[in-house]
Parts: sequence; structure tokens; C-alpha cells
Amino acid sequence: MEPDDRLALYRTMVLIRTYEESILREYHADKKPAFDIGAGLIPGEMHLAAGQEPVAAGVCAHLTADDAVTATHRPHHFAIAHGVDLERMTAEIFGRVDGLGRGRGGHMHLFDPATHFSCSGIIAEGYPPAVGQALAFQRRGTDRVAVAVTGEGAANQGAFHEALNLAALWKLPVVFVVEDNDWGISVPRSASTCVTSNALRAGGYGIPGERVEDNSVEAVHAAAGTAIKRARAGEGPSLIEVHTLRLWGHFEGDAQGYRSDLEGVPGRDPLPTYEKQLRAAGVLHDSGDITVASIAAQARDRVEAAIEFAKRSPEPDPATALDHVFARA
Amino acid sequence: MTLTDASASSSAPAQRKLSTAKAMVEAIAQEMERDEDVFVLGEDVGAYGGIFSSTTGLLEKFGPRRVLDTPISETAFIGAAIGAAVEGMRPVVELMFVDFFGVCMDQIYNHMAKIHFESGGNVTVPMVLTAAVGGGYSDGAQHSQCLWGTFAHLPGMKVVAPSNPADAKGLMTAAIRDDNPVVYLFHKGVMGLPWMAKNRRSVGPVPEGEHLVPIGKANVVRPGSDVTVVTLSLSVHHALDVAEELAQQGVDCEVVDLRSVVPLDTETILESVGRTGRLLVVDEDYLSFGVSGEIIARVAERDPGLLRAPAARVAVPDVPIPYARPLEYAVLPTPDRIRRAVLGLVGA
Ligand SMILES: Cc1ncc(C[n+]2csc(CCOP(=O)(O)OP(=O)(O)O)c2C)c(N)n1
Repeated sequence: MEPDDRLALYRTMVLIRTYEESILREYHADKKPAFDIGAGLIPGEMHLAAGQEPVAAGVCAHLTADDAVTATHRPHHFAIAHGVDLERMTAEIFGRVDGLGRGRGGHMHLFDPATHFSCSGIIAEGYPPAVGQALAFQRRGTDRVAVAVTGEGAANQGAFHEALNLAALWKLPVVFVVEDNDWGISVPRSASTCVTSNALRAGGYGIPGERVEDNSVEAVHAAAGTAIKRARAGEGPSLIEVHTLRLWGHFEGDAQGYRSDLEGVPGRDPLPTYEKQLRAAGVLHDSGDITVASIAAQARDRVEAAIEFAKRSPEPDPATALDHVFARA
Repeated sequence: MTLTDASASSSAPAQRKLSTAKAMVEAIAQEMERDEDVFVLGEDVGAYGGIFSSTTGLLEKFGPRRVLDTPISETAFIGAAIGAAVEGMRPVVELMFVDFFGVCMDQIYNHMAKIHFESGGNVTVPMVLTAAVGGGYSDGAQHSQCLWGTFAHLPGMKVVAPSNPADAKGLMTAAIRDDNPVVYLFHKGVMGLPWMAKNRRSVGPVPEGEHLVPIGKANVVRPGSDVTVVTLSLSVHHALDVAEELAQQGVDCEVVDLRSVVPLDTETILESVGRTGRLLVVDEDYLSFGVSGEIIARVAERDPGLLRAPAARVAVPDVPIPYARPLEYAVLPTPDRIRRAVLGLVGA
């Protein structure tokens, strides 16, 4: 890969991580002393994607705002990598009027028509809509693609299988992405399916499937490149599974008492790994125009600006609580 | 055995305080000890102990053969519970949030609820389907609904929703022993969880040993003479709080906790409205085509002359539950909305 492309992947990963760390801080800051899920500036469930940055960065590097992404209940990394407006996304997470959904949706329900981005709190249910978006792209004779994301746990849901079958049947421009972080809340992959890889399941529907084993952003980038090229060329769907890593709990507040692999987790963090790799290759430096520190600082500035924007945005007026149930004729 | 009903609820023997979650688990554990055929399955019901602590400790006590963590495959595992029930086992199966019913509804309403009927009464489906309901903590439109009216609308399943620890135990025991499918809906806000703002009645006295609350018997939790407030689940507590407050202003509310939506205890409602002449229904489910309309219709059908004032209702006004707190609290049946409705009824 070209140094600039590698740097771009790194920047995206740093931005995502910076964002998730800031949300983590804001989420817990005002729930003290006792954690109360309904209290604070950001109430409700919070699913953060630290550790899974390579998947979003690697896949979305091939997309433009014309392409669609349907993400999961853990959506921030894909939203950021796909270019969803950071300020309006953050305002939504804070439940403010300037949020993507004017405060109606929240962290699991981010909808951005500008980048054709959406997500769902109901497991695997983003797969069928992506198939429909791809159908629209195909009908209109474009080379746009739809990317559908689930976790490996969600791949045991009926919607996953029906969507694969339909997309294969109609040769639709969809790329199915499975983030295998080993855990579906407390249930390990080994207790949720006998199939060793969801890439094998793709074969069952007559479409290509590839598993990326090591949470490497460049390997994801390569696999996604092939799949997206194929989709754009009208050759139909494919599936990529990435063996990634859930660095933190399933949701914030999850004590992970069930988790047997916690000890080795920090050592498998993809961010320092990639940083080391880029330094060794001479792509990243500690001095000069573009440094590790300057990339980190830029990310911090953007994230802080987004959080400031969210905090400045007013809360919605209760008198508007019944708005937006129906579109106006 | 202690049998609690409206009149006997205060005469139960040895009691200690438990959270609603612990009371639920105690009932399941006691039934598992009593009957080998009772088993538990669902997502994260094992080592995690249930996302809302509804199965905590069962895996340690009964092992993985009787407490089964499932894949995220609700159609398959709820359908499997149906199959096991048809063979005479008594599964307790958890659908983590009731909002997820969409992905598995065919198994629920076309199979679980209809097999007994379609078999001409020859096959029974003695299972309990549990799920968490309710909002109030910004979990958004896909994780905050009650939906008991949806299940109640479709014939063939009993639908219960306890409001307190003792009822949670008694209704669970009754549900497990019932030969019908019972949908058991527990509000997150009454479970007594350490990570949610606690309702003060979510920890309360629970009879030890065997404890049954018959399904289909409402509970007059507070007698009163001016207005009947019929409600269920978390809203019972809001109604009680409002009743206590309004008593100081000379308004005497009777609060009826339905406990079960199917069967619906119409008699208790009619008796109460007969005494007070005024009816308010408080429902955390959507307003239209649901529990509130049904209750008012039953009163109107049986004896419209009982009502001295038009009936009123406080429910979620046909809007998905919003995420932002000011919007969510604008649509939930809050104590403030209940108070205003009661005062409107008595013309104050
Ligand atoms: C239909 C449905 N069932 C269950 C859930 C509850 N739930 C939310 S996330 C989750 C685990 C998902 O695991 P996985 O797909 O591996 O994604 P991850 O959380 O690991 O990113 C579950 C069971 C849900 N949201 N929707």
C-alpha cells in the first residue's frame, strides 16, 4: 500500500478511538458515584467499538458518501469511517435537537441520508435493508454498493441467512461484513455455532466468503477492496468476516465476569500494533509535518469540537414529542 | 402453600425483603427443584445471569443441562421451547427485551398460542415466555416498549405483568404450573437493579417457600372512594405515589393493580368503578387499540351507568418511545400526567 493510504487508515483508526474514549468519559463522568444507566448527560445503553477500528477503517476506505452502510447497535466506528457528520452524530448521542434524528433516535439509531448510513438495535436486522438499498442501486444502473455489518453473534439470526440468499439470488451489489469479536454479550462464539467461520456460510449461498484472521486493517482493506470491486462490477455480493476484538465490555457498565480471555486483551489492541508497523516502515514519525502526536491532536480537536457542539445544542422541547411519527403529505 | 389474592395478601407467613429480580429467580429455582421438567433457556441466561438479573444463580445451582445459553436465534430457541412444551416439559424461555418479538413473532402467535386450539384441546403448551418491558432510561424506540396489548390482542396466551417482588414470585410460580403458554413481562424499573434508578417498592417482602398468585385476579392495592385508577406494572407505583399525595388534598384514589392482562379481571374493575363512579386507566403501552381502550369498553358494555364522569386514560400517545429524556418523559405515563388526569376527573 502507498504510504498516504496507510496513513489515512491510521488517521481513521485514531479518530475512532479518540471518539470512543471521549464518549466513555462523558458517559461515566456524571453517573458518579453509582453507575445509573438512566442518569447523566448520555443516558441509555452505550456500546463502544474500541478494538474494532480496523474493520470500519479498512472497509470504508473504499466507499464514498454515495454508498450505503447499515451498521449495528455498536455503530460509531462505522459511522465515523463512513464520514457521518461528527457533530450531528454526537448531538444525537447526547439527545439534542441538532442531532441526526433531532434527539429521537439515540446512539443505536443513527440515520444519515447524506451518507446513506443507518443502524439498528435489533440484531442482524440491518442486513435486509442493505439488500434493498443494493437493489435500488442496481435498478438505477449505478455502480454504488451497500455494506451491511453484523457481529458474529448476529450471524445466527434468520435475517442474516435470508439476506445472504436473496442478495446472491439477485446478484446484488452488497458486501456483507461480519465482525467476529468472539463474544455475543456473554456467549462465546464456540457456544453459538459449530461453524468455525462465517466465511464458510457464504459458500452455502453460492457467494465468496473470506475470513481475515488477525484484526489487521490492511488485510481488511485488501479483502474489502476485492469484494467492493466485485460488487461495483455487477458480479454480486460477497462476505468478509474479520476476527476482531472487543476491547471493553459489551456495553458500558458490563463487568465482564463471564469473560475468560480478558488477560490477553490489551496486548492485542490493533492501534499500537499498527502504529508500530507504520513506524517500522518509516511512514509514521515523531518529527516533521505529520507525526503521531499531530495526528492524535487533530483527532482530539475534532472530537472535542463535536462534543462541545453537542453540549451547546438545546434539548428538544417536550411540546414536540409527537412530531415525526408520520411524514407530512 | 400460601395463596395470595386481593384479600389475603397481608396474611402471608414468614417474609423477608427481596428485589423483584431475586423474587423471580427464587420462584424459578423452587419450581426447578420441584419438577425436573422445568428448565430455562435464552440469551445470556447462564453465566451472565440474565441481562436484568432474571436468572442469576440458576446456572450455578442447576448446571448447563437445565440452564441453556442460546445463540441469538429467537425463532429457533423460542420455537424449540414450544416443541419441548408440547412434549410435556415446562420451559421458561427469555426474550431479553420484548421489543425483539418481531424477529420471532411467528413462533409466538402462530404456534405457541394456537397449537392448543388447533389440536382441539388435545395438545398443551405449558411454557413461560419472559421478557423485559418499559422505558424511562433513554434506551430508545427499539428497547423501551411494553407491548403487552399486542400479546393480549392475539388469542391463546395468558399475559401477566407483576408490579412488585411478592407478585413476581407468585405469578412466576403460577405461570410455570399453568398448562397454557404464559407471557410474563417484567418492567426493568421494578426489578430492583443496582444500575437503574430504584423504585422504592422494587425491594419488598416476599413469602418464603411456595407462593402462588392466581393468574387473572387483580389486586386492589389501595382502597379509595373518589376515583378508580386501573393500571399495571411500574405505573402502579406512580399511581400509588399520586394517590398518597392527593389524599392530602382530599381526593381519595382507589388503585387497582391488574397483575394480568389476559385473563382480565373485569369483575374487580366493575366493583371498584361501582364504588367510585370514576375511572382512569394508566398504561405504559401505546394508547390506541390497547389495554386502556379495552378496559373502558368493558365497563361501557357491562354497565355504562356506573360512570359519573367520562372515563379517562393516560398512556403513550401513539408515538415510538423517543430517546432524549425530555421527549421520553413527555410521552410516558408520569406521576404528573396521572395527577392531572385524576384532578380532571374529580373536577378539581
Ligand atoms: C433480535 C435481537 N436479539 C437480541 C438482542 C440483544 N443483543 C444486543 S447486542 C447482542 C449481542 C450481539 O453480539 P454480536 O452480534 O456478536 O455483536 P457484538 O455485540 O459482539 O458487536 C444481543 C444478544 C438484540 N438487540 N436483538
